[in-house]
Amino acid sequence: MTPHVTALAIISGIVVVGSLIGFLARSHRTMDLEQWTVGGRGFGLVLVWLLMAGEIYTTFTFLGASGWAYSRGAPILYNLGQAPLIYVTSFYILPLIWEVGRRHKLQTQADFFQVRFGSTFLAAFVALVGVVSLIPYVQLQLTGLGLIAEVASFGRINRAPAMIVAFGLVAAFVFVSGVRGVAWVSIVKDLLLLSAALVIGIAVPHIHFGGIGPMFAALAHAKPSHLVMPGATKNLGHSWYVSTVLLTSLTFYMWPHYFAASFTARSGKILRRNAVLMPLYSITTPLMLFVGLSAVLVLPNLNNGDLSLLAMVRKTFPAWFLGIVGGAGALTAMVAAAIQLLTGATLYAKNLFRPILAPGMSDHRVASIAKVMVLVLTFGALVLAIYSSLTLVSLLLLGSAGIAQLFPGVVLGLFSKRVTTSGVFAGIATGIVIALLLMLTGRDPYHGVNAGFVALCSNFAVTAVISLLTRVRVSSFDERNADIAASHAESTG
Amino acid sequence: MKRPCLGAILLGLIPFAATCFSVSLWDRVYPMILGLPFNFFWLISWLLLTPLCMWGAYRLEEPGAAEVPRKKGRAD
Repeated sequence: MTPHVTALAIISGIVVVGSLIGFLARSHRTMDLEQWTVGGRGFGLVLVWLLMAGEIYTTFTFLGASGWAYSRGAPILYNLGQAPLIYVTSFYILPLIWEVGRRHKLQTQADFFQVRFGSTFLAAFVALVGVVSLIPYVQLQLTGLGLIAEVASFGRINRAPAMIVAFGLVAAFVFVSGVRGVAWVSIVKDLLLLSAALVIGIAVPHIHFGGIGPMFAALAHAKPSHLVMPGATKNLGHSWYVSTVLLTSLTFYMWPHYFAASFTARSGKILRRNAVLMPLYSITTPLMLFVGLSAVLVLPNLNNGDLSLLAMVRKTFPAWFLGIVGGAGALTAMVAAAIQLLTGATLYAKNLFRPILAPGMSDHRVASIAKVMVLVLTFGALVLAIYSSLTLVSLLLLGSAGIAQLFPGVVLGLFSKRVTTSGVFAGIATGIVIALLLMLTGRDPYHGVNAGFVALCSNFAVTAVISLLTRVRVSSFDERNADIAASHAESTG
Repeated sequence: MKRPCLGAILLGLIPFAATCFSVSLWDRVYPMILGLPFNFFWLISWLLLTPLCMWGAYRLEEPGAAEVPRKKGRAD
């Protein structure tokens, strides 16, 4: 067999087996909205851990981080620096969010805003921000799938047709599996990804340089500037690092799918214990960076940095191993995209469409609308993936900047009685407008500071000022506001 | 909402100080330690040191947590 046939056959095998597991995991359950989205709220410790830990290691960790290590160098240290801090932040806020979720039977992030601020319009606005910010994240997964097909076929398959196939696969996967099936497929892809990462991260520097130490010694000799910030860039220096690490680590759990994953836990204590241990799981990230940095000297002329990990694997290992790595990557991208699509579609149907356009709609109809929305979102991400040339890191940072704007509302909502609905509304709107203005006019970073961080600071300021100027209508989580969110959950549960 | 206690917050600030605000102090190649440039070595160490800080915070936030036998996750 020629190398590309071997590699592609193994990738397809892994994808088919993974999808079957997802299908079997759901087959004996009836799929109503609650079951489809939060797994009937009955996840034990293991499944919660898989959802929360597993979903965090997406295609991005695999291809994007090594890609920036290759093309930009030291600025990718932001990803290593933020990793433990994400969990430090989660230690303080997730147990509180879980508490509210349990008391009021919440399903989505927008439900949280509904019960805290008692405004259906604010909840719908939050849902809209969530859905739109998820699109670049889904796009990242589809782009990753396209890259894998391109490298594994030795350039015989173009990225666009590969992404169209991926689009069909992902949509079908979400339709049949729901969140429970996805959680079980996570087990397979986590095992594959972790072992692949360990093998590649250690073997690639060893085979080409004789070890990780000699690889860094060679790089420090040949290209010392690549190893300290701003690396190969002009404007990603220390102020960019600090602002980006703060932005991503503080606001990471504002991603609607991670936010909602905390609702599936059985207790707040489990979430705290997870927060203590999770930084250890990030140990694969530096290994991916080592592969990208090895490629700087071994394959200096790649036109797309995001190809560096796969190209290094192809150069270093036999075709069957490229197939395993590609399969692990493909499954990872599918699982991540599935979770993001499920969350986005549910947010749209439950918190935007029904309350604003069709208040009397049954849960059954909401579930069907959510499924249509899965197709719409995947298609949107597909079109963007085909026509845009952003790197995987840029896509992630774009979505992060949008999602980050929900942070002041959540944190002030939890800890302050003085924050008002108008304040949060104005803050989010300001943050989004500033982030969009700076990014679309090419001013990210803005004077060396991450544009999303500039937007977040303005958001905080506006939220505080408007809150002080307006009257408090709802000062904490109110039972009456909970009725709206809870009635949905009860009728389905 | 029950706020986290001061001690637990201070313990959480340690990793932020070490890996975020102090970047200009550790973003350098030399001295290389265990074959890693200093900045890589520093950040990788904090993947291991952060759980220690947060374990301290866990003990403060969940007093008596260590004495309670761990419950097994319920099978689905």
